[in-house]
Amino acid sequence: MTGRERRSLRRDAALVERLRAGDRAAFSAVVTDYSPMMRHVARGYVASTTAADDVVQEAWLTVIRSLETFEGRSALRTWIVGIVVNIARRHGAKDARTVPWSAMEADGVGTVDPARFQGQDAPHPGAWTSVGAPSPWAPERRALDAETLGLLGAALATLPESQRLVVTLRDVDGLSGEEVCAALGLTAGNQRILLHRGRARLRQELEDYYRGNEVRR
Amino acid sequence: MTDDAELRCQQVVELVTDYLEGALDPETTARFREHLRGCPHCTEYLDQIRRTIRSLGHVPVDAVAPETMAGLLAEFGSLRPEQPTSRRGRFRLR
Repeated sequence: MTGRERRSLRRDAALVERLRAGDRAAFSAVVTDYSPMMRHVARGYVASTTAADDVVQEAWLTVIRSLETFEGRSALRTWIVGIVVNIARRHGAKDARTVPWSAMEADGVGTVDPARFQGQDAPHPGAWTSVGAPSPWAPERRALDAETLGLLGAALATLPESQRLVVTLRDVDGLSGEEVCAALGLTAGNQRILLHRGRARLRQELEDYYRGNEVRR
Repeated sequence: MTDDAELRCQQVVELVTDYLEGALDPETTARFREHLRGCPHCTEYLDQIRRTIRSLGHVPVDAVAPETMAGLLAEFGSLRPEQPTSRRGRFRLR
């Protein structure tokens, strides 16, 4: 365990003490912080956002009642994810719902348009062509403006569900790879494949967007 | 290094996630870095993936509905009545 992880566990232990003592501000802060992530985890098991909200609600009630059983050996977040998964599984079974975790094996199809690379007969097969090579993007501050984030949020919604779930939990909610594997019942390899495809597609969306802006200018 | 051992750009773009996840073996990691040193395009590509990840961390998420929060706080209040010792300043996450 790293020093950072140890500090984080100590912070969680202090937080749980406050929750056990009925600190409403602390409870309100964790609900605000973790509910979106919990909803995303639940969406791996149940069919609608309403059903996911029910899971989140039930999970919080379980958290409130079970605080004494939190032993502090894992992060509070990881513990909460486990509670969400248990409840969501039960609800999901009623929904007879399964995410299509299809096409997860490496199928040899690249995430970048092959036309952007030189062909087998070219001087440097597999190297970027002069037109295909990625050109630098607009300044970094653009990465966080509302239009960029709006576009990215919309693009995320259009990803195949399995990719969307993984990218959302990893990059929007900030869960670790291990936490996502546990939350969605994925192997490390499949988690990485889905993450890879999803991120590559979103990068492409941003590239198209920044390029479009240049043309308009 | 032989020609065979040299990664092509088209392979590099498929290794970026494994690279960022620390999932490449040491030898492939070395070849990956070697390629980046000589290839501004793949360096740019990797940078754009990193930037995509950073932006994703700021994508707005749906906030908890006020009535949901109110309901949970009421439940919390009844199951966990506030103890006077717990109010040492406001708690903040992170």
